[in-house]
Amino acid sequence: MLKDITLGQYFPGTTLIHRLDPRAKMVLLFAFITALLMANHPLTYGFVLLYLTVTVSVSRIKLSSLFRGLRPMLFIIVFTAVLNIFYTPGEPLVTFWVFKITAEGIERAAFMALRLIMLISATFLLTYTTSPLALSDALARLLSPLGKIRVPVHEFAMMMTIAMRFIPTIIEETDKIMNAQKARGADFETGNLFRRAKALIPLLVPLFVSAFRRADELAVAMECRCYHGGKGRTRMNQPHMAARDVWALTTSVALFAGVTVLGRLGWFLP
Amino acid sequence: MLKAENLTYIYGQNTPFETKALDGADFSVSAGEFAGLIGHTGSGKSTLIQHLNGLLKPHSGRILLEGRDIWEKGAKMRGVRFAVGLVFQYPEYQLFEETVGKDIAFGPKAMGLSEAETDERVREAMEFTGLGADLAEKSPFDLSGGQKRRVAIAGVIAMRPKVLVLDEPTAGLDPSGRREILTHIQDYRAQTGAAVVLVTHSMEDIARVADTVTVLSRAKPILRGTLDEVFSRREVLTGIGLDVPAVTRVLLRLRALGLDVDAGAYTLEDAVRAVKAVRAC
Ligand SMILES: Nc1ncnc2c1ncn2[C@@H]1O[C@H](COP(=O)(O)OP(=O)(O)O)[C@@H](O)[C@H]1O
Ligand SMILES: [Mg+2]
Repeated sequence: MLKDITLGQYFPGTTLIHRLDPRAKMVLLFAFITALLMANHPLTYGFVLLYLTVTVSVSRIKLSSLFRGLRPMLFIIVFTAVLNIFYTPGEPLVTFWVFKITAEGIERAAFMALRLIMLISATFLLTYTTSPLALSDALARLLSPLGKIRVPVHEFAMMMTIAMRFIPTIIEETDKIMNAQKARGADFETGNLFRRAKALIPLLVPLFVSAFRRADELAVAMECRCYHGGKGRTRMNQPHMAARDVWALTTSVALFAGVTVLGRLGWFLP
Repeated sequence: MLKAENLTYIYGQNTPFETKALDGADFSVSAGEFAGLIGHTGSGKSTLIQHLNGLLKPHSGRILLEGRDIWEKGAKMRGVRFAVGLVFQYPEYQLFEETVGKDIAFGPKAMGLSEAETDERVREAMEFTGLGADLAEKSPFDLSGGQKRRVAIAGVIAMRPKVLVLDEPTAGLDPSGRREILTHIQDYRAQTGAAVVLVTHSMEDIARVADTVTVLSRAKPILRGTLDEVFSRREVLTGIGLDVPAVTRVLLRLRALGLDVDAGAYTLEDAVRAVKAVRAC
């Protein structure tokens, strides 16, 4: 039940999108978002939408899964759209009381909603097709140049990797302890705020105790394997950019750049 | 007393991680019965017993407690939780109070019992689980692993459930710790007349204490009956990677070697008696 709320769950697979180098996927997402934010014309919008549709269908991620991820964001999307409907100046179509709805407003609201939906969907597509460990590793590698200016990139990456590794474990544990206390009559669902907060004690105390125990065990296990920080550390599975990554990167980035430039300069666009 | 009919449960429904943990499983335990539930890891034992007190809602099938469907409209789920006491696997990780006494009192308090009644329940539960009265004021985090586990079991016994369900209560304990826990559970049943459901993957545990056995394999019960009925179907048990208790295997081997010994003994004591009986004649 708690599992249902995990954001950005990973759906293992073997499609082209799954096999792309996580670093390439991250850069692509970044480029995609830039293009999306720069798009300001139905044609450029149409292009990024087409691009997203094609990647989603190649990844074989079900649309229903994608929409499930969107649901928690629905409020923000609707809120943004409504604001845009009412607060865009222009020729009023309908007026009532202090509100007026303009054609420009409707158009802008639709574009804003579409933009948010695409932005969130693209981000989910990355987390759905890339394991959390691969993601944090990729981020660390992309940021590694910062190590030159004494940013502790390795330490941050290790912390992130460990945190990601233990999120499912902790969620599972929370579920288990919650059930164990429910079996003893604990009630997490009713009562006022104060009562509910108090009801969490039987859940939080064992959870913290076990988190510290796990941290201890992990530290010992890491030391037993001679972990001593990032210096001189090599890895067993070296990721490498394959031809498909280079292709995906160059074509996509070129296309996005084209769209952005065209969109901004308005060349050839009516 | 407690009856589960045709339960189906699927974890992670509509995700790529779908697992059918129960597939048309029946289970029942009558008043005062000591029922063993056995199966290899992942066969669905824990999932099945979490249905018995309503922690999981079956995707199909129903659970009857004293003839009433526990998911019926208007049924009081908390009442079910107190009537069917469930001890999870490794229950020592659920302890949270400052003292052992307070932790055991959590259930009785949730039931809304008076202070005096709660104290009485705590004292009684500690006695049932062989915890000395001097431990009541200690922090549960200062106890040994075996003691912590008994505190957790006492926390459920203190609710005086009519059905006590235990998920692998002897996992990870040494032989004397196992024996001790099983003896305490037997005492609880003998003195209160409660029904007990014991989940385990140890045939020896089952042979020592259970009246009936249900064998679960791949989300379904495949055998059910008295110890004799189930242990006489050795080929079914070995087929799913289980076997009869080790002493019974010794007796069966002796028989195969031509010694006319009764192979229907499942505990060491009974086996010794069976072998002595051969020598006598
Ligand atoms: N919380 C859960 N989420 C997803 N799958 C689970 C969960 N708990 C158990 N399972 C799966 O359900 C099946 C039965 O598990 P379980 O009932 O724990 O078996 P047992 O107690 O006999 O070892 C296993 O395949 C297990 O992986
Ligand atoms: Mg289990």
